[in-house]
Amino acid sequence: MNFEAMKSIYVSEMARTRRTVFQSVISPVISTVLYFVVFGAAIGSRISEINGVSYGAFIVPGLIMLSLMTQSLSNASFGIYFPRFTGTIFEVLSAPVSFLEITIAYVGAAATKSIIVGLIILITASFFVPLEIQHPVWMVTFFVLTAVTFALFGFIIGIWADNFEKLQFVPLLIVTPLAFLGGTFYSITMLPEFWQKVTLINPVVYLISGFRWSFYGQADVNLWYSLLATLIFLGGSLAIVHWIFRTGYRLKP
Amino acid sequence: MAPILSVRDLEKTYDDGFKALKSMSLDIEEGEVFALLGPNGAGKTTLISTICGLVRPTSGSITVAGHDAITEFRAARRLIGLVPQEMPTAPFEIVGDTVALSRGLFGLAPDGELIERLLKDLTLWEKRNNPIMALSGGMKRRLLVAKALSHEPKILFLDEPTAGVDVELRHDMWRIVDELKQRGVTIILTTHYIEEAEEMADRVGVINKGELVLVDQKDELMRKLGRKLLKLHLTEPLSAVPESLSKHNLTLENEGASLTYVYDSQAERTGITTLLTELSAAGVGFHDLQTDQSSLEDIFVDLVKKG
Repeated sequence: MNFEAMKSIYVSEMARTRRTVFQSVISPVISTVLYFVVFGAAIGSRISEINGVSYGAFIVPGLIMLSLMTQSLSNASFGIYFPRFTGTIFEVLSAPVSFLEITIAYVGAAATKSIIVGLIILITASFFVPLEIQHPVWMVTFFVLTAVTFALFGFIIGIWADNFEKLQFVPLLIVTPLAFLGGTFYSITMLPEFWQKVTLINPVVYLISGFRWSFYGQADVNLWYSLLATLIFLGGSLAIVHWIFRTGYRLKP
Repeated sequence: MAPILSVRDLEKTYDDGFKALKSMSLDIEEGEVFALLGPNGAGKTTLISTICGLVRPTSGSITVAGHDAITEFRAARRLIGLVPQEMPTAPFEIVGDTVALSRGLFGLAPDGELIERLLKDLTLWEKRNNPIMALSGGMKRRLLVAKALSHEPKILFLDEPTAGVDVELRHDMWRIVDELKQRGVTIILTTHYIEEAEEMADRVGVINKGELVLVDQKDELMRKLGRKLLKLHLTEPLSAVPESLSKHNLTLENEGASLTYVYDSQAERTGITTLLTELSAAGVGFHDLQTDQSSLEDIFVDLVKKG
């Protein structure tokens, strides 16, 4: 393994985050924290508790998941798309670095960034709403798995996209709606029965449910289904990345 | 001595069916400067990209100092530095950092001294803390050279190093190549400026439509194909070459105002003396004369036209 190369890519990606700290850290934190302020402090008191958890606290795991997913996606997709766009990717591709090492470095950096954002949101949330984490090990597991999985997914999008439009398409038009409809702001048990069933085809439901269970011990779906859904997503992304590197898709003609 | 780079029957057909390389074989000796000449789209960049691992070969093999470029890609690529044709740079990255990144990609521990020396050699040291976008075009070109040299490669590829740069920078580039050559770095450059190949190269390869049309020592090439022209500016314009001079290889130009004589400068007898004697016998006077040696450019245009 070329550890020096992985370190170099990782360090330079993290340096990019530092240069763009407003865009890549502060802005997602602020936009998420606004939800706590509005729903937690301002109107949360008028919304009834959900299974004994105040509404402000209830939405925290969902919101963290939302930003973890969108941040991982956009960090990773941009991280690999931009060097393709500027052409600097040639340097990585002509260096003695294997595809596995390239993936680990880029995906690792993207996941790190979104984990940092997620942690800041979690800490900030604790100032506004009463939080408890009943199952910290599970919480960390879902946290890291989701960050890595969506960073991998973003990496795929960044290789697939051949313009900025496509780059934005998946995070904004697919993941965000799925997260909003996947129980970020409500328990799916609050939906009419028909819509409850429909919602179950939304993969994000499983991620949010598992993550919320690690906080408050209450879930919309079985915990193991949540874990399974995450692992299936992770495995699928890994398979696609493997295929990309085997065929040189969009990287090596 | 075994060649430092050996390309055997290399072929590349792109997905759209375009055959960029057709069974190309080429050996590069350690320490030489090799110029790859060819028109746009001839396959120069594809050849370089395939050797450097940016393009997957359809068939054939590449060995770098005995290491197969695919199965032993790490060992092979460590020896190679590449300065690409376009100037791809990350606009917001810091000059010093980006050179350190390049070195790291090759698996080498950071070496501040080396980077300082490189940046000083390439007169970029003052700019080490600036973002790349603050550099001029010439500086960016030099930065790419610094990046390519950051892992001290034994082979350096320069893909059109002086395309679209001013005269000063071009001479700068030539100086850099010369210094690297003194240090024993093997250099392979592509260009369509013949002047550049004449100035820098030890050997020249002409590539056209995916095939190597010719590979030869530059001097040899110029000797072999070199013709000389003698141009006589006549005192009185002629309407036709006089009958008595027709055995000479003469052409009338400028509406009869000048006569051009083509001869082989390597031949034992150039025929100039005879020509001049016969000219005065025929009563053709001239007030000035000049000679011209055909350049690599003429040779090149000839070859590509034939191809």
